[in-house]
Amino acid sequence: MSESIIPESELEEVELYHPKSWWTEKVFSQDAKLIAIQYGLTAFAIGFVALVLSWFMRIQIAFPEMAIISEGTYYQFITMHGMIMVVYLLTALFLGAFGNYMIPLMVGARDMVFPYLNMISYWTYLISVLVLFVSFFTPGGPTGAGWTLYPPQAILGGTPGQETGIILMLVSLCIFIVGFTMGGLNYVITILQARTRGMTLMRMPLTIWGIFTATVLALFAFPALFVSAVMMLFDKLLMTSFFMPALVEFGENLTYGGGSPILFQHLFWFFGHPEVYIVALPAFGIVSDLISIHARKNIFGFRMMVWAIVGIGALSFIVWAHHMYVSGMNPYFGFFFATTTLIIAVPTALKVYNWILTLWKGNIHLTIPMLFCLGFIVTFLNGGLTGLFLGNVIVDVPLSDTYFVVAHFHMVMGIAPVLVILGAIYHWYPLITGKMLHDGMGRFHFWVTFVGSYLIYFPMHYLGFIGIPRRYYEMGQTEALYTSSAADLNIFITVAALAVGFAQLVFIFNVFWSAKNGQVAEKNPWNATSLEWRTPEQPPIHGNFGKELPVVYRWAYDYSVPGAEDDFIPQDVPNEKVTLAEGYSELGVEKT
Amino acid sequence: MTSTSKIPLKDGIEGFVSDWSSDQRAFKGVPWGKAMMWIFLLSDTFIFSIFLISYMTARWSTVEPWPNTSEVFALTVNGVSVPLLLIAIMTFILITSSGTMAMAVRSGYQKKRRQASALLYLTAILGLSFVGMQAFEWSKLIEEGIRPWDNPFGARQFGSIFFMVTGFHGFHVSVGVIFLFLIARKVQRGDYDTGRRGFFTWQKGRYEIIETMGLYWHFVDLVWVFIFAFFYLW
Repeated sequence: MSESIIPESELEEVELYHPKSWWTEKVFSQDAKLIAIQYGLTAFAIGFVALVLSWFMRIQIAFPEMAIISEGTYYQFITMHGMIMVVYLLTALFLGAFGNYMIPLMVGARDMVFPYLNMISYWTYLISVLVLFVSFFTPGGPTGAGWTLYPPQAILGGTPGQETGIILMLVSLCIFIVGFTMGGLNYVITILQARTRGMTLMRMPLTIWGIFTATVLALFAFPALFVSAVMMLFDKLLMTSFFMPALVEFGENLTYGGGSPILFQHLFWFFGHPEVYIVALPAFGIVSDLISIHARKNIFGFRMMVWAIVGIGALSFIVWAHHMYVSGMNPYFGFFFATTTLIIAVPTALKVYNWILTLWKGNIHLTIPMLFCLGFIVTFLNGGLTGLFLGNVIVDVPLSDTYFVVAHFHMVMGIAPVLVILGAIYHWYPLITGKMLHDGMGRFHFWVTFVGSYLIYFPMHYLGFIGIPRRYYEMGQTEALYTSSAADLNIFITVAALAVGFAQLVFIFNVFWSAKNGQVAEKNPWNATSLEWRTPEQPPIHGNFGKELPVVYRWAYDYSVPGAEDDFIPQDVPNEKVTLAEGYSELGVEKT
Repeated sequence: MTSTSKIPLKDGIEGFVSDWSSDQRAFKGVPWGKAMMWIFLLSDTFIFSIFLISYMTARWSTVEPWPNTSEVFALTVNGVSVPLLLIAIMTFILITSSGTMAMAVRSGYQKKRRQASALLYLTAILGLSFVGMQAFEWSKLIEEGIRPWDNPFGARQFGSIFFMVTGFHGFHVSVGVIFLFLIARKVQRGDYDTGRRGFFTWQKGRYEIIETMGLYWHFVDLVWVFIFAFFYLW
């Protein structure tokens, strides 16, 4: 996998901004690594809010007689939980936090190509989070339109938060997209144009491939959300009728007329479906790297993995209407979109096979990151299989808007990516802080999270099959609709959910506790090959690589190479400098 | 510049892939700013495409008749109603500004400082006059009673979409005009020769920035051609 021809550098030296004060060094920093941490902490803070909202909802569903929250509040919590988790937590965390931290380090760059723009990107994101958060304290509260914000109900009377909540939500989304675009351009150009010598695209770790493709998807998918948010804002504020047909409300004719609510659904899902892969593709990439590192084996079918990522990304733009089988669009559309949806299963299944085959006969270390990876594979497989049910029009129709859907997407784009995020944090925490996370707390965290999420979401499939609708504040007295087993199950799910929530508190405690009291990490504690561990200092300082950028001689997956003494060869070590194992004359060639 | 070119590429798709994925840069010799502008414009293309698709959908979903554009957009000169007169002038001015922009790029690369800055100022002024005429057009339509929420000539979506899309395009032009003035000032002052650092970004600029600016300006121009075709001629 190594060629000796390394071209001369054709990159200009990046002129890094040297901060002159505490403010420009620690707060308004232009260093991608600090920006990443700022992104991460902000995302976790707002994500924690969404987590707490889910506890209230679970308690309400399990014990409706307690009436812990009102009907309106329930819808508001559902909406905010969904939107925060999908956009403000997962997207920001994968691209803003992991993207910023990992891209320059893994491709061997000193920083992002436009550090100033990168800084502005974070502060814009922070403003969008604050605008969203403020809606909790406005008259009428945050919007309760459901995270899909379907008009006409989203902006009409009767929907909670239609006074100001919906406006703040749409404004916040627009700000988020502006901020993300600035960051996203940085990620794409850094990967395309600022790699170090020898770092071809086909030598990049899959983490970077995942983040890269996801960023491209985001740059092309967010425009749809931006436009639909602008149009809905106009519908709300200027009384235009883009999405609003002629309506009668409380016996009075509204001034709206002639708009198309279905148009919003098309636009929303043209963003919404790529969004699933914006979250999933970085997770795919990261999990591939973690599996390879912790199983001490090269990733199986690297090129196939790259093509699968790119293929999934491309296909994700032509499947959006599978979210709309019951929305009243032309039934022939459903036929087309079911076909494309099922085609996506091919590259996705290919990736799952490759992960399994990487594990096959690997030297598996059951470290915490590895545990999370294994958890991810199983969870993702589960979520993917239920996707086959929902992707087929005829099976989807009875399952639409039931708990089956809730179970499916929480498995596939909730739990699965979150498991990867957690695994990645355990993996890269030594790099970022120089300390190891506490192992015992980590294992407790993993087992409770993993087993707990199954206890939460497996029963939900059953609830869906017996027809329990989602988004209901309480199921009421109707025995026919709501059997006693469903009521018991809901209590069971709530208990599991609270336990999983508690485990996350342990994790948060662990993150802060270990930063101070954790065991000091040795250099490159996992014996990984990729460049982020090859910096002179750990954690890396501003400028990343000291005086000279590393030169890359090989791909990122040279684990257990026959003939090498160590079971890994870092990317910046040429063949001549590899220490040979006894009995070998060169790599892969035994002495005769 | 590099020794990569000496490595023979394989034929067919494999060579294509290894060429693209080759060392350090996917686009050889392309500055970062220019590459970024291309990707940004691709993203912006999605925004404008979705605006236009929404416009077509609205035109199709509304139940009221669409107003006759050659009447609505007519200008009365000496008592004669001339359809599309103002728009013809606006389009002409914007396309002319694309020409002066292209000339500015050329003079920039030739390091003809004065000429480049003069052409940039001219481009900015043409852009400004475009925005001015758009403001005139808007006020004329508003006087006639067209509003985002109402339209005496037919479907109300006409007003909503028209103000939204031309407004969004006009916003693009205005941002472009601001940056044209800034870059013209920098060129005039000789920032790209002396290596003076940007006030915000602290980075040194180069004459390539004019080309990057030009990409944006031509894009705005191209979008206008589509808006012109879809709003005024359809």
